[in-house]
Amino acid sequence: MDLIANHISHRFGDLAVLDDISFTVSAGEVVAIVGPSGCGKSTLLSILGGLLQPTSGAPELRGAPPADSLNPLTFVFQDFALLPWATVEENVEFPLLHTQLSPAERRALVDDALRRTGLSDFRKTYPKQLSGGMRQRVGISRALAVRPAILLMDEPLSALDSQTRELLMEDFVRLLADGGMGAVYVTHNLEEAARLADRIVVLSRRPGRIREVVTVPMTRAARGETAAREKLLALQNQIWSLIRNEAIDAEREVQHA
Amino acid sequence: MLDRAATEIPAKDEATRRVRFRGAGFVPASSRFGGWIALALVIAVWQAAGSAGIVNPLFLPAPSAIARAIYELAISGALWQHLSASLLRIGVGWLLGTAAGVAVGFAIGLSRLARSVGITFISALFPIPKIALLPLLILWLGIGEEPKIATIALGVFFSTAISVYSGVDAVPRNLIRMAQSFNVPFATIVRKVIWPGALPSILAGFRITASVALLLVVSAEMIGAQYGIGAFVLQAGNLMQTDQLLAGVVILSVFGLAVGKVINLLETKLLHWR
Repeated sequence: MDLIANHISHRFGDLAVLDDISFTVSAGEVVAIVGPSGCGKSTLLSILGGLLQPTSGAPELRGAPPADSLNPLTFVFQDFALLPWATVEENVEFPLLHTQLSPAERRALVDDALRRTGLSDFRKTYPKQLSGGMRQRVGISRALAVRPAILLMDEPLSALDSQTRELLMEDFVRLLADGGMGAVYVTHNLEEAARLADRIVVLSRRPGRIREVVTVPMTRAARGETAAREKLLALQNQIWSLIRNEAIDAEREVQHA
Repeated sequence: MLDRAATEIPAKDEATRRVRFRGAGFVPASSRFGGWIALALVIAVWQAAGSAGIVNPLFLPAPSAIARAIYELAISGALWQHLSASLLRIGVGWLLGTAAGVAVGFAIGLSRLARSVGITFISALFPIPKIALLPLLILWLGIGEEPKIATIALGVFFSTAISVYSGVDAVPRNLIRMAQSFNVPFATIVRKVIWPGALPSILAGFRITASVALLLVVSAEMIGAQYGIGAFVLQAGNLMQTDQLLAGVVILSVFGLAVGKVINLLETKLLHWR
């Protein structure tokens, strides 16, 4: 199943946020969206996931989702969006409650998702008892439980410390390698984008337009190798040179707001 | 290899000054028994002043006289007669007002149309002292229990509706969007996200409405009732039986404390995740 951004533009009142964004995320592909602060990255993701109605254009799907997918487009949120009154397993089971699955089938999906994210021993724990990294693992586990075709990840690591980010990044690489899932990965972190994405969509300052689509010229598996690091660093520098001046302008704009 | 800085503790004879601790206080904590000890002290001083004849018992009877009055009320059966009448009015009125308030509060919280209409009416009617409506309610409903129960229900309804829709409004939108992103149906979102998310505010509202109900039952009983704690207190005041009057006040206070404890228990049970 492909996800297509078809000439998407969006305004919040008088404020133009996105301008004519078009690209396609093919099945199994990971596309990162980067750009200066306030360029509309998260707005674009909300539109792609059907949580926000664009002013013009539309998100579209092409092809059938995998037969076992319960929610083909599934978000992983920056702030985790966990139900604080529910335990880890209840949070992971939450999106399955309204499905036709039997309790035993739900249980099997929850168990599998918890196992894949290393949370099996924390199933009865409440979110407030967990660290930020573990909370995000619950968010990822919940997303995996519905067997998504495409994960929509909105800066999933930005609320975490650098060590936790590194550990979760390793998890993402592993999950995306063995799951056959695609992903749209919104981030301001160019290193994350270069490490995870097959292609990187670089947006301009608000209103966000596509400045460039950069292809990462190696497999994700190869990116962990020492030789690949220099290439990835060069790629990051290339993208940074594209957005640096606009990032400075955007930061000043935010400070003056 | 990592360098490790030497621990340079000054020699014993070297002159040093300890950094003054400046971080005390401004902590919202209380000692466990402080409140009870203070209460016991006040009662003891009060009793001593009464026993020593410093205070005229007509104006302020001693705690022992009040305790005796409560005991006599209890063994005569009058206490239960008055208390049961008040409890019935509070119970029925509170339940009716709460049920209506929760329903209207959720409607306002969940529907744009209900919000536009509901908030307008609530803003206009909430400030009216509900006891002022008792004569009108007597005219409408007769002189039985109904107008008193209706007065309590009205008082409870507005505060409940406000606390419920405020609670619904305060449910983090990201949780609702999360549920929508998984195609969770509306009814399940209300049951599994909005209801538990609004519960802290709803229970805080219950604490307020319990006090409102107590206030209104006493006021209504003072205006038009033969039995009830309010009627009893008024009657005792008219007969200058201040020990009986204060016995009624103590019973009201104990009732308020008991309701507070019940709500504390509910919060502990239902909001354990906080």
